[in-house]
Amino acid sequence: MAKDDFCEMLSRSTPGPGDGGNTGSWRVLRPVLNAAACIPVKTGRMSCFQCWLYCPDCVVSKTIPPTIDYDYCKGCGICAEECPAGAIEMVPEAEAGPLAKEG
Amino acid sequence: MHIIESGNVAAATGVKLARAQVIAAYPITPQTPLTEKLSEFVESGQLQAQYIPVESEHSAMAVCIAATSAGARSFTATSANGLLYMNEQLHWAVGARLPIVMCVANRGVGAPWTVWNDQQDTIAQRDVGWIQLYANDHQQIIDTVIKAFKLAQTVSIPVMVCYDGYLLSHTYMPFEQPAQELVDGFLPSFAPRHFLDPNNPGNFNTVTLPDIRPGVDGTMMPGYIEIRHNLQRDLRAAIDVYGDIDRDFARTFGRGGCPFVEQYRCDDAEFVAVAIGSLSYQLRDVIDILRESGMRIGVVGVQMYRPFPSQAIVEALSGRKCVVVFEKALSYGNQGALYADIKAALYPIGQRPQVHNYILGLGGREIKTAQLLDALTLSCTAPDSFGDEPRWIGLKLQE
Repeated sequence: MAKDDFCEMLSRSTPGPGDGGNTGSWRVLRPVLNAAACIPVKTGRMSCFQCWLYCPDCVVSKTIPPTIDYDYCKGCGICAEECPAGAIEMVPEAEAGPLAKEG
Repeated sequence: MHIIESGNVAAATGVKLARAQVIAAYPITPQTPLTEKLSEFVESGQLQAQYIPVESEHSAMAVCIAATSAGARSFTATSANGLLYMNEQLHWAVGARLPIVMCVANRGVGAPWTVWNDQQDTIAQRDVGWIQLYANDHQQIIDTVIKAFKLAQTVSIPVMVCYDGYLLSHTYMPFEQPAQELVDGFLPSFAPRHFLDPNNPGNFNTVTLPDIRPGVDGTMMPGYIEIRHNLQRDLRAAIDVYGDIDRDFARTFGRGGCPFVEQYRCDDAEFVAVAIGSLSYQLRDVIDILRESGMRIGVVGVQMYRPFPSQAIVEALSGRKCVVVFEKALSYGNQGALYADIKAALYPIGQRPQVHNYILGLGGREIKTAQLLDALTLSCTAPDSFGDEPRWIGLKLQE
């Protein structure tokens, strides 16, 4: 069966940030990375990345340091919970201050 | 090769011949011997499959959903309250377009508690979107299971194969066991249209919004209403697909030829009795008796109930004087579900037959030939005395 037929048969999507819409607007708590405590940053190695692995919305990058796409991060806190170094803190949006715009 | 076995073993043998790869089931009367037989087949190495014991029917269907999503041919079986406990997962399996095959040994639904046969359990599931096929004897059970696997994977829609609890599940009858090579030729191995593929990752059955929207890769994705429309379209198309599969089956195995309705002595019949399942065969004895007295009467067994084979129903019933629908289930608060469906199918034709409805046999109440004889005699001799309310057979109400 052609790919087009397959797509009309069921709800299927390619994983990626933004698949669920602009979910960043849902966020109440913002994950803030303390890079000094982050294992890849400290060791300089592509290691750990539990935050990238567990993020259900694919908004954490597998980079040194990891970055978080706040347009789509809905603030679930799984990354902070999973980080073995305790390098991610969930900060209330009202106290976290404005986000730096990229580019 | 012919063997003499129970209906449950006929079903299990069909599943073995179809080479199911994952079986997950929870025992419930009267389905239990089917799953016990399958676990024997797996344990003894006669069937190369994963047998996954589960703690409930809901989990059994969840396992089949997961296994089919991973690309395995999956099977489960249940009855009555177990089927209803699966309900939410039944909707999920069909919305996800997973070709699961499930046998249901029909049984009445509690409360009050009953373990005996009627067909309320599967009839209550008619609007879920699963294909429903009914078998009338052991040969049809094993044959229908094999055809069901082919139908399910051809249209990507799950199929229920239903047969009467005890009357078929626990009685012994001779039936032909198809040769494995012939089944392998008839039923190709399962090549799923969509499955969890690490090389092509995807999110399946994601949240749909009320409208269509572009995915992250830019392709437009259907919304909920489009996906459901396409399910309905594919279900209606599945009627012809099943006709083709039945023809292929008949060519290979020499059996079949009436995938939708099975007619008995209907050629010149003015009166036709209609029933689902083994009752349609019991009615044949009654028809034979009435034929001896010169009555032109036949019986139609409905083999496919969902999708409803409207055209085959109309062809079988148009031009008759009177159609008498016997049902072991009710759409409570209305009428027999099959009765209502048959009336709807006949509505557009010019000369509509009268249609009568009898409810009988609920909770395993014995259906006596004499009762069927009386009911059909009344319908044939005083057809105008019937209203639209169903009549009940064999009720013992205290005055």
